[in-house]
Amino acid sequence: MSMPFYVSPEQLMKDRADFARKGIARGRSVAVIQYADGVLFVSENPSQALHKVSEIYDRIAFAAVGRYNEFENLRIAGVRLADMRGYSYDRRDVTGRGLANAYAQTLGTIFSSGGEKPYEVEIFVAEVGDTVEDDQIYRLTYDGQVADEHGFAVMGGAADAVAAYLQERYQPGLSVEDALRLAVAALGHSETTDRQISARDLEVATLDRTRTQERKFRRLASAALITILGDTPSATPTVGPGAPSTEPADPADPVEPVTGEPEPPIAPPD
Amino acid sequence: MTDARLPAAYLVPGSSSFSDFIGQVAPELLPSRRVLPPGSGAELAPHATTIVAATFEGGVVMAGDRRATMGNIIAQRDIEKVFPADEYSCVGIAGTAGLAVEMVRLFQTELEHYEKIEGTTLSMDGKANRLSSLIRSNLGMAMQGLSVVPLFAGFDLNANHGRIFSYDVTGGRYEETAFHSVGSGSMFARGALKKIYRDDFNAEDCVTAAVQALYDAADDDSATGGPDLARRIFPVVQVITADGGRRLPQAEVAAIADRVVAGRMQRPDGPAASVI
Repeated sequence: MSMPFYVSPEQLMKDRADFARKGIARGRSVAVIQYADGVLFVSENPSQALHKVSEIYDRIAFAAVGRYNEFENLRIAGVRLADMRGYSYDRRDVTGRGLANAYAQTLGTIFSSGGEKPYEVEIFVAEVGDTVEDDQIYRLTYDGQVADEHGFAVMGGAADAVAAYLQERYQPGLSVEDALRLAVAALGHSETTDRQISARDLEVATLDRTRTQERKFRRLASAALITILGDTPSATPTVGPGAPSTEPADPADPVEPVTGEPEPPIAPPD
Repeated sequence: MTDARLPAAYLVPGSSSFSDFIGQVAPELLPSRRVLPPGSGAELAPHATTIVAATFEGGVVMAGDRRATMGNIIAQRDIEKVFPADEYSCVGIAGTAGLAVEMVRLFQTELEHYEKIEGTTLSMDGKANRLSSLIRSNLGMAMQGLSVVPLFAGFDLNANHGRIFSYDVTGGRYEETAFHSVGSGSMFARGALKKIYRDDFNAEDCVTAAVQALYDAADDDSATGGPDLARRIFPVVQVITADGGRRLPQAEVAAIADRVVAGRMQRPDGPAASVI
């Protein structure tokens, strides 16, 4: 009887975490910011069709980075869970906390079960309340950990640089325009350069508590973004020549690699 | 719930239809999957009655009276029978009230679910066809007296005008031109609309015509409620244009209903159309 190689549990978990983290770090960042009237999601995403930010329910939205097929699957499951709960109970009984919990349990189980590869995704679940104090932002990592975020949060490739930029400049009670300008500047920030991301390459959505409809989620179209941010053509570096090109990526993969080796969009790694 | 994880079925890629999905994971939630004992259920539950809809240039109006009846009893005076289905469409219901309200909820969820999963709304015909299949699946109950007959109307953003669809209990879907009515008082309401409807209506004229038609229905059909001046209960009116749908505020409907009633004080049969 042959003995399998012994791998300590610590090493096993570390390898799985490294694998997931590497996949996530290849994608561009998503920033979420609380402003006076709600929660704003901003990401650099040249694709008009493949979204990183989506509506889940009346007051709940979802944003993700990482592998598209995996987070799309989680998004659809979230919409199903929310609609199912809203249909069998009431619309008010669908909560962001419940959804974040379901995601956390699912991601945690997949991460620690030996059978599947861990998901290479990070997720925001945000719920807008009646006041700023009631807003909730949950950040879920590949291993099922949940963090309750306040003010702003960033995930994805350059999350640390972007978060540091926001940390210095964020103030509570921003208007949506100011929050958007701040988030876009932050997403264009890295240790070496600052670049202006074109309004055409942004995916922006809000959960706006001032909307009269029950459904608070709203996408900001390109035209509205250009009004706020000004019209800059795609891929214009403002500082230094080193800014990465923002030519539309392969449309099958909105998660355009920023650094490192390119990643095959859908096929699982060997 | 003991297991907080997302159930495996939720993570399986599949249909964008909510009713298909609950058919797989929770079939007991679908009205059509319930097994009924033999016999008629027609007298068990309240019935909702008359709905009218009419198009005008740039939109469509739907109005419903507020009465629900059980035999000779008025079960409810202020029931609401016209609901927004999504931003650009609405649905009015006649028939067994409980089932009809459940079907509307299912239809609303169906449209919203599709919109969220696919990132785009269904076409107007797509919505009408989905409603058709929901009614068709209710045929067994309809044969036992628990029928639901909706009227569906909305603004078609592709065609750029208002459209109205009527249905039969087998799920047959028929597009109507200009105006239509369903429910017990529908013959009288349709007769009234035939005489007063004009192609050049604006939104307010169209609402007034719908309220006139409901008045005529209530005049001759005991199951349809007229404007209740003592309790200030007036029809529910939805107006849908290219800017989306909205329910007319109570005050606006009340003002129109008061004018209609004042006119009837002078001429109880309502406005007279010319002979030729």
